Amino acid sequence: MNPMAANPPITNPPVATPFFFYLLAATMIIGGILVITRKNAIHSAMALITALLAQAGLYLMLYAPFVAGVQIILYAGGIMVLFLFVIMLINLERNMKERQFNKQWLVGIVAAAALGGLFITVYTTSTRGKELFPEGRVAYADGQNTQAIASLLFDRGAGQYMFAFEIASLLLLVAIIGAVVMAKKRI
Amino acid sequence: MESLLHITTLHYLVLGAALFLLGVIGVLTRRNVVIVLMSIELILNAVNLNLVAFSRYWQGIHGPGALHGQVFAIFVITDAAAEAAVGLGILIAFFRNKETVNVDEVNLLKW
Repeated sequence: MNPMAANPPITNPPVATPFFFYLLAATMIIGGILVITRKNAIHSAMALITALLAQAGLYLMLYAPFVAGVQIILYAGGIMVLFLFVIMLINLERNMKERQFNKQWLVGIVAAAALGGLFITVYTTSTRGKELFPEGRVAYADGQNTQAIASLLFDRGAGQYMFAFEIASLLLLVAIIGAVVMAKKRI
Repeated sequence: MESLLHITTLHYLVLGAALFLLGVIGVLTRRNVVIVLMSIELILNAVNLNLVAFSRYWQGIHGPGALHGQVFAIFVITDAAAEAAVGLGILIAFFRNKETVNVDEVNLLKW
């Protein structure tokens, strides 16, 4: 079945896309800044959850609803709960009285600024000649996103990522065993 | 102004680069191991945003079935879950031995 025939491209673009993009982008940037500046780790985790939910909204704007759902369920729901459990397990009162940034913070910021300069150089030089990203593409509805991802992952004929999927399950098994062994009191 | 109002792939790439830089600053400057791990999650999410944006760009060239970037994003999320589980397990073991979560105290393998 041709997916293009099932979903003809819609001609009118979505409404208020720039507004929502900049709203979600600002939420993500502010959340990221709060993650790396807050003294209390719980506050950092809350800011990170906000940034992750805003990123799920950006995935929806990129017409990736399955990745958006995985982002909310796995990241904001699973991984962040794990983080909160560990934060509440360990004693934080003594840590909050200490210095929060290490002695190499100036070197770290200089290194990050150099990396940022590299990013700016690459993006400006690659877009000036208009060779990398010629223009923004016209958005059209794609109603079979989850089905297409599933056929890439599992389909016998078109599935290119089945072996990688099985390896990922093996990786998760190793991670479970590793986490249990690490956290055990005596092995 | 026109280039600001017309959202393209490059806008998502710039946002991903900004988040990546925030994560790098967090990893390099913070002393709390939990916040260092959260900064690593920020870096992984910046990469994921780039992957999904490139997937959208790729779909414009090869049709709506070209979803390789989104599949890669799902694999990256799987890796992030494994990394968080093992990292937090190591953190609990470290806290049991040293009674601190300060990354400057992690020097057992230093020579």
